[in-house]
Amino acid sequence: MADATLHEARSDADPGWFARNKLAIAPWIFLIPALFFFAIYVVIPIFESLWLSLYEWNGLYDADGNSTAVWVGFENYTKLWDDPNFWTSLRNNIAWLILYMLAVPLGLFIALFLNQTVTGMRFYKSMFFFPFVISQVVVGLIFGWFYNPDFGVVGTVWKALFCEETTNILGNVTFNCSRPAPDILSSPEWATYGIIAAGLWPQIAYCMILYLTGLNNVAADQIEAARLDGAKGWKMLWYVVVPQLKPATFIAVVVTVIGALRSFDMIAIMTQGGPFGSTNVLSHYMYEVAISEYGERYGYGSAVATVLFGIMLFFISYFLWRMYQDEKGGR
Amino acid sequence: MFLNFKTAVAAIALSAVAGTAFARDLVINFDDLNPGPKKGFEDAVELFKSENPDINVIVNINDREAHKTAIRNFLTADAPDVTSWYPGNRMAPFVDAGLFQPVDDVWEANGFDEDLAAIKATMSRDGKIWGVPYSYYQWGIYYRKDIFDLLELEEFATWDDMLAGCAKMKENGVTPFTIGTKFLWTAAGVFDYINLRTNGYDVHNALTAGEIKYTDPRIKATFQNWETLINECGFVDNHASMSWQDAIAPFANGDAAMYVMGNFSVDGYKNAGLTEDQIDFMPFPVIDASIPPAEEAPADAFFIPANAKNVEDAKKFLAFVARPDVQTQWNKTIGQLPINSKADISDDKFIQEGFALLNAATGLAQFYDRDAPAAMAKAGMEGFQEFMLDTSKMDAVLERLDTVQEEVYN
Repeated sequence: MADATLHEARSDADPGWFARNKLAIAPWIFLIPALFFFAIYVVIPIFESLWLSLYEWNGLYDADGNSTAVWVGFENYTKLWDDPNFWTSLRNNIAWLILYMLAVPLGLFIALFLNQTVTGMRFYKSMFFFPFVISQVVVGLIFGWFYNPDFGVVGTVWKALFCEETTNILGNVTFNCSRPAPDILSSPEWATYGIIAAGLWPQIAYCMILYLTGLNNVAADQIEAARLDGAKGWKMLWYVVVPQLKPATFIAVVVTVIGALRSFDMIAIMTQGGPFGSTNVLSHYMYEVAISEYGERYGYGSAVATVLFGIMLFFISYFLWRMYQDEKGGR
Repeated sequence: MFLNFKTAVAAIALSAVAGTAFARDLVINFDDLNPGPKKGFEDAVELFKSENPDINVIVNINDREAHKTAIRNFLTADAPDVTSWYPGNRMAPFVDAGLFQPVDDVWEANGFDEDLAAIKATMSRDGKIWGVPYSYYQWGIYYRKDIFDLLELEEFATWDDMLAGCAKMKENGVTPFTIGTKFLWTAAGVFDYINLRTNGYDVHNALTAGEIKYTDPRIKATFQNWETLINECGFVDNHASMSWQDAIAPFANGDAAMYVMGNFSVDGYKNAGLTEDQIDFMPFPVIDASIPPAEEAPADAFFIPANAKNVEDAKKFLAFVARPDVQTQWNKTIGQLPINSKADISDDKFIQEGFALLNAATGLAQFYDRDAPAAMAKAGMEGFQEFMLDTSKMDAVLERLDTVQEEVYN
């Protein structure tokens, strides 16, 4: 009824095309600024980077402003295939992906542990959340010191266990160790795991917060009903609580996968990819060959970026597809 | 208020007129914000201004790392008239892209061919000279004089002396060498010196120019000597997690007695509490007496971008920075060595020894990471670090460097 009168009023005044299509157009007008910047800063650079990966270029323009890039086709990719550093980086990326997933169950258990009413609980919660608030760079620095075999916690404990204090030739205090202290960040075997452990610290806090908010929405009546039916402990957790946390789990997995793939700051701070490239991941290797002091191979760096983009695209498409399915089911 | 505004406008207008009428702008980009180097540069600029009142010198000083990034843009987008940069392979990408202009005429007109002869090869590429250096510094072994005195050791003249001396140090619980290889380049200093002493300057250049392979028997011999050094002398533990500054700690504490380093490190020793009597300098010992002596001596230089607007005055400035009196004063301020052979040096003992050392040298290497292209340098230095952590990987490392070499120079 109201619609009909409105329609009549419109046609009386003979509104223009714009007025007639207002509802269809308005969202686009609001989207234009975002789309514009998204195109300039995200979409176009992606294609530029894909295009650049087919060139060999040291990033310089000549005096007249012309690019010095040389077309090489897929040569950068064939080089990647034979590049042991690339495979090390890829292997480390996979290690990150798998081990970073620990953040999800660990975050859940801490959340369950904190989800109770005790005096001062807010304080404990904020303490557990603390590592996520501080910058990744600071976390990297702190763990770098923590692992340091000379003055870090690891080194100090080691000295207490295996070293005796003596004086050296000049009479200064020094330590004589029966076994040298473990130098985690300089060991090609252990350095990556050392960095992942550092990265897990804030990531667990992140997952914990996601689960804490999720736990608020767990239906109390279902818990009660389950309890009346005799569910307890693990069974209660697995069959009653966890299914209700599904949305939180989904988000936790998504942010953890993406966090693992874009791990860069920790590596840049703690080892710079060293010792001899053994802690590189694709994102840091890309930085190293393209932008760092000894890099300046932009085409090659773009090829690394393209591979990383492909891997991310796989995960992100899967997540988007899942979200789409859920939304369809929910409707 | 109104009056003030008016006078301000008038003043600006006047100065603009004056600017166009009398002074020509000369824009100089410099790359060191540390107090010493900054003062050295600014003093020199003041002198240049007072000698050339008609030139309006505009100075931009940036820090080293920022300059390395910025130069890649400003050479094309907004070129200064003069910029500081490094010779050797570090200038190659810019020369090849046509972003620097040759300055052969400045060298010829000022007799630099003779006064700066030692550095000429390093400043040249494609048969032309591309810049003018203002300073360099020596590399060698810095050692704890007090420890040497206690153990009754003399400065090592030969390799065998050094190995014997190391044995004595180890008996007394002293680690012979300290080093921090976290940022890789320090390992390249050790490699360069063993290579210069085993094979000489020409092989160093041929290697960094990609003309000989890493699996070449001569380079293998270098690595075997290095292995001997690691086994019989040895470096501090955990060197892969230390920067060069961190590695000063065991040296200052007396746990380690020697450090293969550049002269810029002397400040670090003094800041760590060591006095001039406790530290001293010796050249890296001779391995093969038939090899003519060559040293590491990285230089800093000035270049003229191809897009410079005021080339005439830029060349005047380049001629000025290489003048003996300017180089004398400048290098006294920054504690380094003047390159002009007619310049005087300060009476600092490290500078004196360095001057004698470099004057006797038949060749001056710039440093592995300045002589080799960036991609090769990175892979090479990672290989050196890997080798230092586990010498049994020598062959694998050398073979991998061969593959990288093939790819980089093709």
